[in-house]
Amino acid sequence: MTANVWLFIAQLATIAVILVLVYRPLGDYMAMVFTSPKNLRVERGFYRLIGVNAASEQSWPAYLRSILAFSAVGILVVYAMQRVQEILPYSLGLPATSEHLSFNTAISFVTNTNWQSYSPDVTLGYTVQFAGLAVQNFVSAAVGIAVAVALVRGFAYKRSGTIGNFWVDMTRSTLRILLPFSVLAAIILLAGGVIQNFSGFQDVSTIAGGSATIPGGPVASQEAIKLLGTNGGGFFNANSAHPFENPTPWTNMVQILLMLVIPFALPRTFGRMVGDNRQGLAIAGTMATLFAVSVSLMTWAELHGAGTAPQLAGAAMEGKEDRFGIIGSTIFGTTSTITSTGAVNSMHDSFTSLGGGMAMLNIMLGELAPGGVGSGLYGILMIAIIAVFVAGLMVGRTPEYLGKKIGAREMKLASLYILATPTLVLAGTALSFAIPAVRSDVTSTSIWNPGLHGFTEVLYAFTSAANNNGSAFAGLTANTPWFNTALGVAMLLGRFLPIVFVLALAGSLAKQDRVPVTNGTLPTHRPQFVVLLLGVIVIVTALTYFPVLALGPLAEGLL
Amino acid sequence: MSTTTETPRITPTPDDGTGPGQRPSTKASSSAFSFAQLVAALPGAFRKLDPRQMVRNPVMFIVEVGAALTTLIAIAEPFIGRADSAGQPLAPSFTVGIAIWLWITVLFANLAESVAEGRGKAQAQSLRATRTSTLARRVIQYSQTDASAEATAIEEVSSADLTLGDVVVVVAGEVIPGDGDIIFGIASVDESAITGESAPVVREFGGDRSAVTGGTRVLSDRVVIRITSKPGETFVDRMIRLVEGASRQKTPNEIALNILLASLSIVFLVVVLTLNPMASYAGGVNSIPVLIALLVCLIPTTIGALLSAIGIAGMDRLVQHNVLAMSGRAVEAAGDVTTLLLDKTGTITYGNRRATEFVTVGGATLTQLVSVARLSSLSDPTPEGSSVVTLAEQMGHTEESVAGAVIVPFTAQTRMSGLDLPDGSQLRKGAGSSVASWVGSVSPALLAELTSVETRISQSGGTPLVVATRDSTGKARVLGVIHLKDVVKEGLRERFADLRAMGIRTVMITGDNPLTAKAIAAEAGVDDFLAEATPEDKMELIKKEQAGGNLVAMTGDGTNDAPALAQADVGVAMNTGTSAAKEAGNMVDLDSDPTKLIDIVRIGKQLLITRGSLTTFSIANDVAKYFAIIPAMFAGVFPGLAVLNIMGLHSPASAILSAIIFNALVIIALIPLALKGVKYRAVSASSVLSRNLLVYGLGGIIVPFIGIKLIDLIVSLIPGF
Repeated sequence: MTANVWLFIAQLATIAVILVLVYRPLGDYMAMVFTSPKNLRVERGFYRLIGVNAASEQSWPAYLRSILAFSAVGILVVYAMQRVQEILPYSLGLPATSEHLSFNTAISFVTNTNWQSYSPDVTLGYTVQFAGLAVQNFVSAAVGIAVAVALVRGFAYKRSGTIGNFWVDMTRSTLRILLPFSVLAAIILLAGGVIQNFSGFQDVSTIAGGSATIPGGPVASQEAIKLLGTNGGGFFNANSAHPFENPTPWTNMVQILLMLVIPFALPRTFGRMVGDNRQGLAIAGTMATLFAVSVSLMTWAELHGAGTAPQLAGAAMEGKEDRFGIIGSTIFGTTSTITSTGAVNSMHDSFTSLGGGMAMLNIMLGELAPGGVGSGLYGILMIAIIAVFVAGLMVGRTPEYLGKKIGAREMKLASLYILATPTLVLAGTALSFAIPAVRSDVTSTSIWNPGLHGFTEVLYAFTSAANNNGSAFAGLTANTPWFNTALGVAMLLGRFLPIVFVLALAGSLAKQDRVPVTNGTLPTHRPQFVVLLLGVIVIVTALTYFPVLALGPLAEGLL
Repeated sequence: MSTTTETPRITPTPDDGTGPGQRPSTKASSSAFSFAQLVAALPGAFRKLDPRQMVRNPVMFIVEVGAALTTLIAIAEPFIGRADSAGQPLAPSFTVGIAIWLWITVLFANLAESVAEGRGKAQAQSLRATRTSTLARRVIQYSQTDASAEATAIEEVSSADLTLGDVVVVVAGEVIPGDGDIIFGIASVDESAITGESAPVVREFGGDRSAVTGGTRVLSDRVVIRITSKPGETFVDRMIRLVEGASRQKTPNEIALNILLASLSIVFLVVVLTLNPMASYAGGVNSIPVLIALLVCLIPTTIGALLSAIGIAGMDRLVQHNVLAMSGRAVEAAGDVTTLLLDKTGTITYGNRRATEFVTVGGATLTQLVSVARLSSLSDPTPEGSSVVTLAEQMGHTEESVAGAVIVPFTAQTRMSGLDLPDGSQLRKGAGSSVASWVGSVSPALLAELTSVETRISQSGGTPLVVATRDSTGKARVLGVIHLKDVVKEGLRERFADLRAMGIRTVMITGDNPLTAKAIAAEAGVDDFLAEATPEDKMELIKKEQAGGNLVAMTGDGTNDAPALAQADVGVAMNTGTSAAKEAGNMVDLDSDPTKLIDIVRIGKQLLITRGSLTTFSIANDVAKYFAIIPAMFAGVFPGLAVLNIMGLHSPASAILSAIIFNALVIIALIPLALKGVKYRAVSASSVLSRNLLVYGLGGIIVPFIGIKLIDLIVSLIPGF
């Protein structure tokens, strides 16, 4: 046990040290990417191709329209590719997928959720994986970063009608951030033993003398962007638990870092762009604190697993890979759910009730510690606005954040933002049980573990979808018309409704002048504000989800 | 530069904003809250139950709908049978109990608003008395050629029939029929009906003291007044509407807060609506009264109930300070002010220069100088003159004036005043150059000494007044210099330091030269000054500050202040000022005390702090309520959840009822705080936040745990619970 605790601290410290080292250079680099007036030659070519004037900025409605159009095209393309898979090259002989599965998968990858209702290695061929899903892995992440940067510009700009140019932001995130770092990451993963080939299905003889069919594929390259872009959709169904995706504890650590590196550096970008690095540090500090507490709680729950089997095994090892152990699994599990990745290296369904509950709570927190690429930053800034509002009133001033007044319009948008996701989660879960026909389908087909655990699985599915996480609790058969459709809708609205509110807010902030800082201004760069922000995040989430958590993991865990 | 007529008082005000700053007067007492007030407000609270009124407050409207629904269920239960909740039977009186307490919750919220309004109503009553219709003598076809309107025909009309632009004549003993400006004459006016100040004030044609208010009484003389208000829109009418809260509109921050509260309510509505479908899968369906109880406990009822009372009370606190805000928006803006423009004269200094020092020159003795200075000032009626006498008397000089002396008054030509004694000797005091030429030849050494003293006094912000005599033989000599000084009011330095701590910059506006201005600014401790200021300069300064994102507050009374008053974010017009100034500002100070700007800022901040603190308290309360209700709802089905019952509440029914009762009682317990406002200290935002987070955030989490437990101990005594 003591050894475990030290191992945990050592791993966490390693992560912390690397993230601290990367924070400044990467954050500053990203800030430079989004403020530099220069375009690369390849970018200029691309802008000419799509007819965009890179020098002109967009108003928030124009920015939003661009995102929506871009994403709509993305969904259509991915949907169509799946529907005609059998005629595509390199399909490995796999047939076209069903309408509802194609719908679900298309939305899933365009919304950066990467929820997979299917086993990817035996459902989708190379063309769909590469030209469809991998492309979305890049651009959906780029969209997230673009939205975050647009919001940051809202804070940074003064009396401006524009918040940047979506096409420029998206192209630069892809070409200057995601692509080069993915290449680097793929090489590191390759070196760590992750496979990269185009050899299709291989028949092999096992040691015991039987035979098995093992799919191969370009795994390392997929893996890099899966984690770097907090996507989470694996090449294999087993995701990062599969030895071809994540062979060693060493690659496990690399994967964890890949998920965290961009979301944790974005606050620096934010601080840099608004001209006050301390503001970025406060946000990063809030994220780090929440992360540390969360990962500690999950690890504690797994190490002290209740029940006969865990007691005998010394810990809750069911559903975990021996090579990662408890610590490697809980750190990965926490990272994956608290960013919007949703990759798994162990089965969350088999976690102890409270450990699994933590995974769900991480997603419910709104994935903002540090959250998905971009979405984590804009998520925490939206909550910060609520925190600033209440705290601002308490110091006797019209609340302001970074010199921008939080008035009725800003409050309306921030409120709608925090309203959207919980409503989707709760309504989706409730409808699964409230509509009689759906209920019988859900209970007879989808839920394999009846009772509280089955309820938890459905709740987890909707939580994961509406928050664009994509991790699955497993144990739930989601490839049914109801779940594919309902979760698809939850993913779609869970992604784009918040984006609408964020961009509208960015627009109204950019229009404002900046109020000068005085003694009477609420300081938002001190530990005091970090504590306040943590309090608001936890209380707002806890109050919203406490009853359903009580019905699910808590009732189960405290039985 | 405009000055006020009466010497303004400083009104030191303690932290909570009540105290000697407000005068004992016809106004309602400011004592925050009493049982009698509650009883008096009850009928109003019942009237407000009307759903059409309630719907304006979404949070409390949800509670009312819940109360109505629970009542219906309570009535129906004996006939249709009682539904179990999550598999456990509840006490027979449970639904009735919940219904009753939900109604009480709504009633308490209405009570808070009624009590707040009640205070304004009393003031409105006394104001209405002044508005009774009087007879007005209207001048028919007033013309400039007969400015006093003595030869023009006059008709008698009711004051209610007066319209904009009418000209009326008012003589001693009559009530002024409407708001207006004096266009001829001078009169002393009793304005106690409005200001509560019994001493009469002088109102005269021309200058900045020409405005009169309808309902006030002329005590002496005869004046001709041009009416400047439309019927029904007089100053008193506006005042009545304001103190009654009838014209109260939601302020920007209030709207934003309402949005937050509404969206929290919606979140919890979704939580409660989706609970049963989900719980049904696990076999834990709850009855409707239980769900309603959960909803009411979760939505922010505490702040929802008190929000409008806080707003009304904030306006009321201003009225207690004899300040009328034309809108709640202005009160809020006062809290946001970052730059305060203060006129030097009357605000920072007493407005009259006072003698503070005698400096001898040329070998004259101090006794000689003081004695001559005093004698020459004895018959000088100006404040400067009397201050010389006062200072001399403090130094022990009490010589009687010489009988038969001739007073030489000050004129703009001589720039001297003094006394010619019967023995032929002459005493003079005046500006340096005038006195020097009156004396005639002055030795270069003396001249140098005199100049150096004068320069020193000027540089320190004072005015030198040279004293000289000419004896009966005609020999003149300079005795010395009186140091006249703009005396900075006591206690201001500390108040400016407070303001600085609050993040507010003070800028002194003065017509003085930069040298003098600098000295006074340093003495008073203001952050900046604007010297030799014209009204245009003032306007420029406001615009410059606003362009930098600052919110500016200022006071003014003259017509030439009007544009700046309108431009400022908070413009406080003095009641003694012209109607143009009063029209332009968004607040009127009935006491005409410019230092009150500081209190106004404080009240504005206090208003916002009270809202924020009670919101925090309200949301923090939910934690304990969850721990009371969730185990009560589900522990029957999932015994493990009983662990969450950390308060050890007696039974599910008693736990839920106790939470609801606490929820209602906390409203009534917080009414005094809502009316009085949260305590505010002039410290940095950071420390204000720390304190309020501790008291209302942490306190808000802890208090309900204790409260609900105590209530549960009592509820558990009821049979069946």
